[in-house]
Amino acid sequence: MSNLSAEGGHGAVPLEGVPTGVDVPAPEPEWPLYEVFVRGKRGLNHVHVGSLHAADDRMALLHARDVYTRRNEGVSIWVVRADAITASSPDEKDPMFAPSGDKVYRHPTFYDIPDNVPHM
Amino acid sequence: MTLTETAPGASETDLERQFEATIARNDRIEPRDWMPEGYRKTLIRQIAQHAHSEIIGMQPEGNWISRAPSLRRKAILLAKVQDEAGHGLYLYSAAETLGVSRLELTELLLAGRQKYSSIFNYPTLSYADVGTIGWLVDGAAICNQVPLCRTSYGPYGRAMIRVCKEESFHQRQGYELLATMMRGTDEQRAMVQESVDRFWWPALMMFGPPDADSPNTAQSMAWGIKRNTNDELRQKFVDMSVPQAEALGVTLPDPELRWNEERGHHDFGQPDWEEFMEGVKGNGPCNAQRMAHRRRAHEEGAWVREAATAYARKQASA
Repeated sequence: MSNLSAEGGHGAVPLEGVPTGVDVPAPEPEWPLYEVFVRGKRGLNHVHVGSLHAADDRMALLHARDVYTRRNEGVSIWVVRADAITASSPDEKDPMFAPSGDKVYRHPTFYDIPDNVPHM
Repeated sequence: MTLTETAPGASETDLERQFEATIARNDRIEPRDWMPEGYRKTLIRQIAQHAHSEIIGMQPEGNWISRAPSLRRKAILLAKVQDEAGHGLYLYSAAETLGVSRLELTELLLAGRQKYSSIFNYPTLSYADVGTIGWLVDGAAICNQVPLCRTSYGPYGRAMIRVCKEESFHQRQGYELLATMMRGTDEQRAMVQESVDRFWWPALMMFGPPDADSPNTAQSMAWGIKRNTNDELRQKFVDMSVPQAEALGVTLPDPELRWNEERGHHDFGQPDWEEFMEGVKGNGPCNAQRMAHRRRAHEEGAWVREAATAYARKQASA
């Protein structure tokens, strides 16, 4: 069984000798990718929940409802085309976030207040 | 998405060290982090084929939707099969963050080059099978999937959390269905037992070959993709299922199954691994039928995809 070892998910599948599709051009142009954000209930922010493909914005909303809110998970949905999002690099060491890294005085715990001072 | 800046000129060794450190901290790897090619490819294979399993997994039960015994059972089964489609989509969405497209993965499935779980190559011969699949097949899937909520790849773990929440409904509706039949006639009780007899061994196979025959497990565990070995999960499933079978009033078809006081676990027999390998190679009882159905559904849906694309184009230019 050496080349067909299996594991994971909804039952065993082979993890060797299976092509991944990386570096292979897509067979036909695909519907655009949309990122989906759901507001769980009033008072909460919209939170990213995943993505899906749709031909247009309206279809993206309908599919997002069916895929991501089958059990009252949301009261409001945003969909946005993934190619319209501008992102920082996710690396925590990104120089983008350096300016906030060395400003400890922005945090309340930076300041020593005597223990006998109430409500602070 | 658009990157505002290109990655800094860190060397491959630095990147690899950062990756290893993230794994060692038990932190998650996120889509655009640097990752070893082997890690990426293992994840794509695992997530894509997990997604295919969910999609193909709609068929054995979908078979019974039009013949459900009551409106209540029909509504439940419809909701369950719709969930499987949803699970497939969460997982394709997670796989796409690794640099492949859902369409490519679908093509690889349709060409038979990527696989799906062999459990779905067994036929569903009676309505009791809907219950047994919920209880045993989804029960086994829960054992596999709960630890995957803590997998090292962020999008896969998050998809698993959503899946696991819904999987509990699947297992409970199945068990309740069987319990209802067990309170019925002798004929119904016999149907349940016959169904459990057919699905017990294939359910044990879902955890994959014994650890000694699973050379990939060590690497997958080192990468934090997999959290337990095949045999650990199988043991957990057997220990979980035995009291459930007792409460239901069915026997499990394994003469070697008994409590081992010393180990604090049940001893049990091994499934027929030859049969498992035949299923993986495409020679299971329903492989040809499942693939033919999936190809037909894809081809027959082509006009819908084309029409939606044409409509979107027309609206955009209007």
